[in-house]
Amino acid sequence: MLPPVFGVLFDGIAYGMLLFLLSVGMSVTLGLMNFVNLAHCAFAMLGAYVTVMLMKDFHWNFFATLPVSFLVTALVSVVIERTLYRRLYRATDLDQVLLTIGLAFISVAVAAWFFGTTQQPISVPGYMRGSINVLGLNIGIYRLFLVAVGIVVTILLVMTLEHTRFGAQVRAAVDNQRMARGLGIDVDRTFAVTFALGSGLAGLGGALAIEIVGLDPHFAFVYLVYVLIIVSVGGLGSIAGSFAAACLIGISDIAGKYYVPELGAFLIYLVMVAVLMWKPAGLFGKR
Amino acid sequence: MTTLDVTRAMTPQTYMQQLSRWRAIEIAFWLATLLPFWLFPTYLSLASQIAITALFALSLDLILGYAGVVSLGHAAFFGLGAYTAGIFSKFFWGEPFSGLLVAAVVAGLVGYLSSFIVSRFRHLTLIMITLGLGLLLHEAANSASWLTGGSDGLQGVAIKPVFGVFKFDLYGYTAYGYALAILFVCFLLTRRLINSPFGLALRGIRENIVRMPAIGADSRAHIRKVYTISAIIAGIAGAILAQTTETVSLEVLSFERSADVLVMLVLGGAGRLYGGLIGAAVFMIARDQFSGIAPQYWYFWIGILLVVVVMLLPNGILGGLSKLFSRWSRK
Repeated sequence: MLPPVFGVLFDGIAYGMLLFLLSVGMSVTLGLMNFVNLAHCAFAMLGAYVTVMLMKDFHWNFFATLPVSFLVTALVSVVIERTLYRRLYRATDLDQVLLTIGLAFISVAVAAWFFGTTQQPISVPGYMRGSINVLGLNIGIYRLFLVAVGIVVTILLVMTLEHTRFGAQVRAAVDNQRMARGLGIDVDRTFAVTFALGSGLAGLGGALAIEIVGLDPHFAFVYLVYVLIIVSVGGLGSIAGSFAAACLIGISDIAGKYYVPELGAFLIYLVMVAVLMWKPAGLFGKR
Repeated sequence: MTTLDVTRAMTPQTYMQQLSRWRAIEIAFWLATLLPFWLFPTYLSLASQIAITALFALSLDLILGYAGVVSLGHAAFFGLGAYTAGIFSKFFWGEPFSGLLVAAVVAGLVGYLSSFIVSRFRHLTLIMITLGLGLLLHEAANSASWLTGGSDGLQGVAIKPVFGVFKFDLYGYTAYGYALAILFVCFLLTRRLINSPFGLALRGIRENIVRMPAIGADSRAHIRKVYTISAIIAGIAGAILAQTTETVSLEVLSFERSADVLVMLVLGGAGRLYGGLIGAAVFMIARDQFSGIAPQYWYFWIGILLVVVVMLLPNGILGGLSKLFSRWSRK
């Protein structure tokens, strides 16, 4: 029999994995490409609505919708990257913030137009709904699934960015664009693919999040704050940093709500401000 | 054209004098702010909202437009001023000017204390720190419901007539006159500050903070000063809102308010003193008109507006106008 603190810990980690899946794409785009993309959660919302639409109108299986939500988000993001974002790679932080806040506003209104402002319920398959009993703790199967997906995504991403030809090209293009071009790397294409990867992951995260946090047009803003916190606390461009920060924030949030509910969301903001004052570049940040 | 590159063949004294000279268009602008009294008497409460928001945008312009300090949590000071003025009138007395003063002192004090944190950071970390501090204050006000009324808002704010004569009426005559007068006074002070050597130092910090120590300027001390002044002005703006509407809701501390004022300032043109005022007017009037048609979709239009401004008008409406004007006068 384990004391309830382990249950809180597990729920915190599961929630952290959810936040990690939502934010890891931004860690890629912001950390590697230095682009402040506040529309990131709008892409997550797009992925979530793709899943909802496929399940409700076309009666797809939940798992079958996940790759589609990744692909659709990635494709849409490439179109936006080629038309709008690429012109601002060299602009100031502020211009990037404003353009992407603008896109997030548009996405909220468009989502409200097509789907209404109500919560969109989905039903994951029955065998994902239950919970298993481990040493007296009730562990939700869906939460366990989230943790597994989070770990798999981390391993795949680190492998891709550290050990493949594509990863080497991305890092070269980020460190020195002119030199990378000189070596024959297609920097434009590399950036487009990186951006698509980051946004696609956001779409996947959004689709996985509906079961836990629900979905309405405010999604694009509500979770943006969490994503920004995780990316800045973890350190820009560090996948491992995002992973650690997501666990830290997830556990602080769940533990805070469980033990000191009157504090509300106070604790995670406090954790963020404290970490940033101690390490301005984030836990694993290099710059 | 920025003010820094007109320095050909001028002594510093004549340059500073030329900076601070009043132009005819400025006088016309301030006379035009009196027009709502006669032309749109039914819109006076909107007009006073615009004046309050313009003052708030002016305070952000000081730190963002001049010193280049990007804040995503500036509503903290606006809300602090609003709650201070509201609580002061509820528990002590309702004389408006003293309430304004107390709000300014409290906002300035908190601004001064947080300026030690803010002046240490730049770029994304700065954005996140200001955002975090703003959200912390929002949560604090939400949990201290015995004092602030929590999510129900602060009730029981009662404000006495201005000078003991002009009551805050339903039509907003007094509210607009009061808000406009304070906006004007704060504007004069800000204008004086910007056209001083201190204002030049701020612009230096914005353009290149690394080089400022080379000319003997202590950038952090300058940022602390201007951040405190900006907090005071934002607090005053919030206090006027609390006094003229006689209520305070949690919304004054929200992230949306911080984001909206940033949008207004950039829309009008940051670093131009009038940018925040024009941006606030355009934004508030547009919101009033669009949300009359369909309230949920108002954000669609503001999103489009933002994308267009960033893509086509990098220096805001005023920047675009002055470019047009200089091209036209050169022909």
